[in-house]
Amino acid sequence: MNNQEYAKYVKEVTPAKSLWLNMLKAFVIGGIICTIAQFILNYLISMDFSKEDAAGILNIILIGFAVIFTGLGYYSKLGNFAGAGTLVPITGFANSIASATIEYKKEGYVFGVGCKIFTIAGPVILYGIVSSWFAGLIYYIVNYVI
Amino acid sequence: MDYLKAFIVGGLICAIVQIFIDKTKLLPGRIMVGLVVLGVILGSFNLYEPVIDFAGAGASVPLIGFGNTLIKGVKEAVDEEGLLGLFTGGFKASAIGISAALILSYIGSFIFKPKMKK
Amino acid sequence: MNQTQIIGKASLSFNKPAYISNYASVVGQLEGQGPLGKLFDCVEKDPMFGGTTWEEAESFLQNQTLRTLFKKSSLKPTDIRYIFAGDLLGQLIASTFGIINYNMPFFGLYGACSTMGESLALASMTIAGGFADKTIAMASSHFASAEKTFRFPLGYGCQRKQCATWTVTGCGAVALDSKEGIAKITGITPGKMVDFGVKESDNMGACMAPAAADTILTHLTDFNLNANYYDKIITGDLGYVGQTILINLLKQNKIDISANHMDCGIEIFDNANQGTGSGGSGCGCSASTLCSMILKNIENKVWKRVLFVPTGALLNPISFNEGKSIPGIAHAVVIEEV
Repeated sequence: MNNQEYAKYVKEVTPAKSLWLNMLKAFVIGGIICTIAQFILNYLISMDFSKEDAAGILNIILIGFAVIFTGLGYYSKLGNFAGAGTLVPITGFANSIASATIEYKKEGYVFGVGCKIFTIAGPVILYGIVSSWFAGLIYYIVNYVI
Repeated sequence: MDYLKAFIVGGLICAIVQIFIDKTKLLPGRIMVGLVVLGVILGSFNLYEPVIDFAGAGASVPLIGFGNTLIKGVKEAVDEEGLLGLFTGGFKASAIGISAALILSYIGSFIFKPKMKK
Repeated sequence: MNQTQIIGKASLSFNKPAYISNYASVVGQLEGQGPLGKLFDCVEKDPMFGGTTWEEAESFLQNQTLRTLFKKSSLKPTDIRYIFAGDLLGQLIASTFGIINYNMPFFGLYGACSTMGESLALASMTIAGGFADKTIAMASSHFASAEKTFRFPLGYGCQRKQCATWTVTGCGAVALDSKEGIAKITGITPGKMVDFGVKESDNMGACMAPAAADTILTHLTDFNLNANYYDKIITGDLGYVGQTILINLLKQNKIDISANHMDCGIEIFDNANQGTGSGGSGCGCSASTLCSMILKNIENKVWKRVLFVPTGALLNPISFNEGKSIPGIAHAVVIEEV
């Protein structure tokens, strides 16, 4: 048996959780998080915040909840259930940062929390900034150079 | 109606991403990066703004919305400041999300202890 | 006396066996609630084992296991010639700080989750070769410290796959003696590394099963035995996926172990109800199962002889990121009644 044949064989005998069930869980939990967010957003707008300010405050509130849920140990439990449902919303981003600060604080606040805070979230910020820089460059060339 | 739209669109985005988690060997970190970059690409063609207009938080809360915010910020900054805007727009637009996550998580680390999974 | 002890391609058959004089096991709460719960010497409720970090927790776990072993036997640390021990953490953090206060000459071992097999093999060789009269073999793992080392911070919300295994919080220690004991080690077959290029860190069973098959095949060939010579052939932490692959791979070599195969990872948890996926894993999985159910069954003459084959997946987060595969390894130890 060579490596390819073995990989194929492993795929055959490895059970997977039902994709449809996983998608349903992700749909429901992800949907609920977005609905709660919409509720907060509508409330903020009814309080006469501008659309942009409301979006910013919404982010802060969602992130705050995610940090608290992470600290209490609920977010990882919910994440195991919901998969993409808790990974995709901005709360998943906050969870990746909060779980790192809580886990690594024992290694010190500079080298533990400080260095490892971006263990999971770092790539998101890096690639967000770099890709938008490139896209912005193309935008600049198309609109102002050509 | 707002709520139904947010629920369905937000849920659908999550359900589609779940296919990638289950059917590929991509780890969560790569998935998150992929979503943000996807948001940047969609945003640079102005394709995501209509989705946000339709679904509100259902489209802005998923990380694709974060990518869209980034490119929107860069474009606005380029319009105002020219080339320098390429270097200011992204962080300005994402300032609230990143700062809130860093600051609140830092505070959280003083309050919470590492916990065993059950 | 001078009859050779070197057998076949890789095995040793001891002229004078190494006796197991005593054994001890300490596990965490989830393991204590599992099917083997009552068989462990101690089930610790505090996941930190009285420490303040996960690394300290695992070293306290090793320390507590040694303390239990000395309490159960009449041994003192000064009686022990050498201790062979290991764990999964970087540069053996748990073993270093768990053993340091006992002032015993120490061999630190890394065999991933196969460490209990490696430590038993070396500790029994040392005795059979006449280099020591009393040795200890020990290995441990801790769910939280392993998650932190190999996966994500514990608070991170990600989904476990069905084929993923659950690292056992547990430690097992065996005291070996040249003269007498409740069981004996009569031979070993150290395994070679086998790599089929598997790169899925959440499917360890598939990484390790070929190595287990190779070691078992080598062992049976070297000793010229049939698989049914053993009451049980006990692998470390293959889980359900790995078990299926192992039995199948050996069938291709015309060896059928489906009747007498047992996997510690499948035994230690009630996997369907405890949410532990494909089974338990980690050095502590095979070590704590050996030092509870397996040795008790041999001591009580339920089993006459077993082949104990701890399995390890040589995973490193850095080499994994650099695109390297995860090779497997397995060591076989023959344990018989006296």
